[in-house]
Amino acid sequence: MAATLVEKIMARAAGRDTVSPGDIVTIAVDLAMAHDSSGPRRWQARLEALGTGLWDPDRVVIVSDHYVPAVDAESAAILQVTRTFARDYGVKNFYDMKGICHVILPENGHVKPGMVIAGGDSHTTNAGAFGAYAAGFGATDMTAIVATGETWTVVPETIRVNISGALGDGVTAKDIMLALCRDLGMGHHFKVIEYGGPCVDAMDMEGRTVLSNMAAELGAETGLIAPDETTLAHIRAHGGVVEDEAIQRWRSDPDAAYAKVFNLDASALSPQVAAPHSPANSADVGVHAGARIDQAYIGACVGAKLSDLRMAAAVLKGRRIAPGVRLLVAPASSRVTAAAARDGTLEALVEAGAVVLASGCGACAGLGAGLLAAGEVCISSTNRNFKGRMGHKDASVYLGSPYTVAASALEGRIADPRPFLKDRRAVA
Amino acid sequence: MSAREGRAWVFGDGIDTDLLAPGYAMKKSPAELAKHTLEAVDPHFAAHIKPGDMLVAGADLGIGSSREQAAISLKTLGVSAVIAKSFARIFYRNCMNIGLPAIQFDPAGRIHPGDQLRLDLAAGRLSNLATGKTWPVPALPPHLMTMIERGGLMASLTARFAKPGAAAHPPRPQGASHD
Repeated sequence: MAATLVEKIMARAAGRDTVSPGDIVTIAVDLAMAHDSSGPRRWQARLEALGTGLWDPDRVVIVSDHYVPAVDAESAAILQVTRTFARDYGVKNFYDMKGICHVILPENGHVKPGMVIAGGDSHTTNAGAFGAYAAGFGATDMTAIVATGETWTVVPETIRVNISGALGDGVTAKDIMLALCRDLGMGHHFKVIEYGGPCVDAMDMEGRTVLSNMAAELGAETGLIAPDETTLAHIRAHGGVVEDEAIQRWRSDPDAAYAKVFNLDASALSPQVAAPHSPANSADVGVHAGARIDQAYIGACVGAKLSDLRMAAAVLKGRRIAPGVRLLVAPASSRVTAAAARDGTLEALVEAGAVVLASGCGACAGLGAGLLAAGEVCISSTNRNFKGRMGHKDASVYLGSPYTVAASALEGRIADPRPFLKDRRAVA
Repeated sequence: MSAREGRAWVFGDGIDTDLLAPGYAMKKSPAELAKHTLEAVDPHFAAHIKPGDMLVAGADLGIGSSREQAAISLKTLGVSAVIAKSFARIFYRNCMNIGLPAIQFDPAGRIHPGDQLRLDLAAGRLSNLATGKTWPVPALPPHLMTMIERGGLMASLTARFAKPGAAAHPPRPQGASHD
C-alpha cells in the first residue's frame, strides 16, 4: 500500500508494517530535546515524584537558549536548575549558551532521516527538513517522553506543498512561508506539511529549515522534506552518520494519498511582509513600504543563521542605518557568530550600525534583550508577531526576510530590499 | 465523573499562547503568571473569572508556543473546560495532560458571553442553560477519557511507574560523570 513519508516513519516507530491517518499509535522516540524554559525546570519535580530518571540520557539533548545570558536572579536560577539537572542526570548532550536549540541539533549531527524527534518547543518542526518527524510537545508530555521513551499520537494526514520556479533576487524561503501562512492558512492542526519540488531541491539546508520551521505557523505537527544528496552531505559535514539508503527509504511513495496538494510558483513571488499581529497578515512588501519603524531585529532559529546574516550584510555593507533606528542582531549560534566573524559578515553589520547580541531566543520569545515599549514598531526576521510577544502588548511587529529587515533599517521605514541589491550588482 | 458547570467567557479566532501566557510574565510563579492571562484582549478576565467557568473560542485556540503555562494558567484560574471550534495540537495535548478537558465544538451563534454552560463529558453532552439548548460533543478517545478521569498525564504516569515490576530508570544517578 502506498504510504506518505510520515506514515513510514510512524509505522517504523510504532513497530507496525503500516499505519493509516487517524490510527492512534504509541511511537518510540529517538531523540528528546528541550531548552531551559521548557525542560529541566519543569521536569525535575515531576521525575522526582515519579521516582524515575531519564529513559536514556544519551538520547536527550538539553540546550540553554531562552534565558541566556541571565539578566536577573530569576533567569539565573532557571539556568542553574538546567545546568545541575544536566550534570546530575548524566546528559552529555548539554549545550550551554551555544545557540538556539533548533540550530544546535543539525549543527551537531543529531538529526537524520526517519527519526522521531520530540522537542519541548513548538519550532521543533525545524528538524523536519532532514526527513524526520520532529514535533513540539508541552512540558508534561515531555516529562512522560523522557521518562518512558515513547508517546501516543494520532497518525496525521499529509498536505503536500509543491514549490516550483526559482526565487528571484532578494526573495527567500522566508517569503515563501509568509505567503503560505496567508494563502494556505494557519489552521492545519494535527496534520503534517510535506514540501517538495524543484525550488526546494535547489535550496541548501538552511533554506529548507526555514520551510520546516514555519510549518509551525501553518499549524502543522511538522514540515517534512524528503532527504536527498544535499541532506546527507550536510549531516555528514556536521558529524552525523547516515546511510545512502536513507534517500530511497524515507520518501513518500509516488501514489501516496495526500489530504491536499498546494502548488506555489516561487518565481512569481515578491518579498513578503506580515503586518501585526499574525504571520498570515502578509502581503507584497510594497503594500507596507513606508511604514515607520523604531527597531529592526535579525534573530531567532528561523532568521539568524549564517545565510540570514549574509543576506543582511549584502544589503548593509558600506551603508549606515537610518538615524533613530536600532538594528539588533542575535546570531542563532556561537558557530554562526564565529563563521560570520571569519568571512567579514559581522564587520559589515556592525559598521552599518548593528548592535550584536548574545545567541539565544532573546527578544523573539519576549525574553532577554531587545524588547519593545508601548507604541513602538519593529520589523523582525523572526517567525511570530503575535500581540505582546516581543515586549509590550501595545507594540507592533512586522515580519520579513533578513534582506527586508536590513533594507528597512537603512530607510527607517519598511522597504523593498531589491533596489539595494541591484545597486550592489551595478557597482560590482 | 460529575458534570462541569460555569459561565462562558467567549473569545474569537486565533487566541494564541502569547495572549494566554505572555512572554514578559513567564518567569513569574504560576499564580502570578495566571493574573496576566488574556489581559491584552480582556483586562478583566483573570480578575473576574470564577471556578467552574469555561473558556469558549473560535478557530485555532492555543496556536503558537508549546508553553504548557498557557493551559496551566487557565486551570489555575479555575477554568473547568475549554471549548473551541478548533485547537492547536500542542495546546490541545497540554490541556488534556493537565486534566483540563478540551472540547471541539463551534460556539458561533450558540454560546454568548456570560451564558451558563454545563458539560457532561461522560455523556458527551454540552448544554447552554441560558438558552435551554443541548448538543452532543465528540467522544474523546478512550485513552484520553481515562487520563482526564485520573486527573491528567502525571496521574497516569504515577500509576504506570507504581506497578509492581515496572522498571524505573535509576533516579538521579548521583556521582555520574560530569564531563
